[in-house]
Amino acid sequence: MYVAVKGGEKAIAAAHEQLSRARRGDRAFAELELAQIREQLALAVARVMSEASLYDAELAALAIKQSRGDLIEAIFLARAYRTTLPRFGESLPIATERMTIKRRISACFKDMPGGQVLGPTFDYTHRLLGEMGKAADEENVASKPGVPASCKMPGVAHLESLASDATASCPRVAKLLGNEALIEEPPSPSHARPGDITREPLGFPAERDVRLQSLARGDEGFLLGLAYSTQRGFGRTHPFAGEIRFGNVEVEFEAPELGFSVPLGEIEVTECDMVNQFRGSANAPPQFTRGYGLVFGQSERKAMSMALVDRALRARELGEEITAPAQDEEFVLSHSDNVQATGFVEHLKLPHYVDFQAELFLLRQLRREWEERHAAVTATQQPSREAAE
Amino acid sequence: MSAPSYNFAYLDEQTKRMIRRAILKAIAVPGYQVPFASREMPMPYGWGTGGVQITASIIGPKDVLKVIDQGSDDTTNAVSIRAFFAKVASVAVTTRTREADIIQTRHRIPETPLAEGQIIVFQVPIPEPLRFLEPRETETRLMHALEDYGPMHIKLYEDIARHGHIATTYAYPVRVAGRYLMDPSPTPKFDNPKMHISPALQLFGAGREKRIYAIPPNTEVVSLDFEDHPFEVQRFDRTCALCGAAGVYLDEVLTDDKGARMFVCSDTDHCECRQAAPRLAEGA
Repeated sequence: MYVAVKGGEKAIAAAHEQLSRARRGDRAFAELELAQIREQLALAVARVMSEASLYDAELAALAIKQSRGDLIEAIFLARAYRTTLPRFGESLPIATERMTIKRRISACFKDMPGGQVLGPTFDYTHRLLGEMGKAADEENVASKPGVPASCKMPGVAHLESLASDATASCPRVAKLLGNEALIEEPPSPSHARPGDITREPLGFPAERDVRLQSLARGDEGFLLGLAYSTQRGFGRTHPFAGEIRFGNVEVEFEAPELGFSVPLGEIEVTECDMVNQFRGSANAPPQFTRGYGLVFGQSERKAMSMALVDRALRARELGEEITAPAQDEEFVLSHSDNVQATGFVEHLKLPHYVDFQAELFLLRQLRREWEERHAAVTATQQPSREAAE
Repeated sequence: MSAPSYNFAYLDEQTKRMIRRAILKAIAVPGYQVPFASREMPMPYGWGTGGVQITASIIGPKDVLKVIDQGSDDTTNAVSIRAFFAKVASVAVTTRTREADIIQTRHRIPETPLAEGQIIVFQVPIPEPLRFLEPRETETRLMHALEDYGPMHIKLYEDIARHGHIATTYAYPVRVAGRYLMDPSPTPKFDNPKMHISPALQLFGAGREKRIYAIPPNTEVVSLDFEDHPFEVQRFDRTCALCGAAGVYLDEVLTDDKGARMFVCSDTDHCECRQAAPRLAEGA
């Protein structure tokens, strides 16, 4: 029985034993290798890295294996490890305009400098179970000279994208619009230290740096739902996918004793620049405004959701009426962290014997009092009715 | 494991019948949104599942299908949907507007006028024209029942009060057959006049929102406006850089990062036909 408190330790040990066996599954089948997870479940790995705020594919793969594929549990494991790591400082801001592009699309223009580069994507595939394409069976696919999955418009003179210097020919779409002042300026680079939600508690109202950090590690499903609600009229933001780009960027670190920056390596990121209609207010002219999303690895769903929610949360700053959940900063940021959320929801499984006992006492007392009152009322009503008859 | 097999045009016949019933009802009550039991399709919601379900329900083996997105046959989603039907229904496909029996579209109506016997199937993201005035479906259905369309006129009036003109450029609301307020799907308002007294049957499918609506051939479709602010379409002060067409909808293409740009036909078939036979197309 669950109530056998003294047997608890043994029961827990046995439960862990069962978990371990269940995790391994049928031993007739080979055990998963971390490299298999890292290579073949790369999008799960990306999600764990993003929401754990820890860029390490090997550790994320380990977390996925250990968690039996429960990604929130894996995020939890990776975060619990991350929090033990010393912090050396902040890297320089990554320059996503100099990204080595694997995929880059804009829904605003049919074509633009750099072109539409489709890259590896589920989009435009038919979701027919079992069809995985032929390339998977080919050997040395990677060594094939790159046939970029880009589309070009016939009849338009092109700057060649994905050439030796792809970055120079692939300017940001928002920047192209910015040349006409049709879109708001990006916030000017600030030399103030960015906030760090892993080191300082979140306060309200939150600045945008802290807000974007929260969204970047926020739960993909929660942000997706909120983003979706803005599209269905609960805090509408009139979005266009200005640009989504996925690829590698270099991370640089400036050690104070060196006085110059050194590259630490490359990371894969997905960036989304959402362009939103804005009719103007007393303080701002009509122009496009922006929402921004950035996540580790390839996750367009998350980057886009983040950008939509970021824009919705700018309601206060832009003087828009706040009517919907996605515009409510406190509601969004307080509930977007899935490790916090799953912890608190699932804590209801913990024993609550003493509180429950106190409630039992109270409920019994309330019912006793109610019945006494009820009996008294019926007792007084009964004779009066008889008297009336 | 044996690979699953699929019926002609993917959907099973029972589902097709259910969708055809919804279509017939929609045709009988022009502009009215008919709820239907939308199915999961092998492409994501928001990518045309409503249009695909309608097309799958009405297409026959001898039909010729054209699929466009943003007016173009070669945009990614159009290519994908066309390939889907070529595969699951083995139908003939075309890019020529005149040759098509069914045209599935996202965001445009072809420049070439549609003819009697043709069906145009629109992919619709948000079927409810009142949705952004009132997010709750229970309320908007009541508003339609009571013909309570005042809030939409107020919205348009507020645009005029603030900007001097109506600031809705696409998904511009229309009144169908003098009764239902209808969302023409996010086509630019440039295309609204093409819906009026069109000889073709116009079907609208919203998969995620589970609604089908229709405009039967030769039906009155009026864009909302005011006497002193009549409805106007976008006018381009230039012609297509590729075929020279005027009075058509143009796409802006950025050609460098210094602000250079060109304008080309959004309707690629129309543009190609004109380039192939410019003199023949004159005046078309």
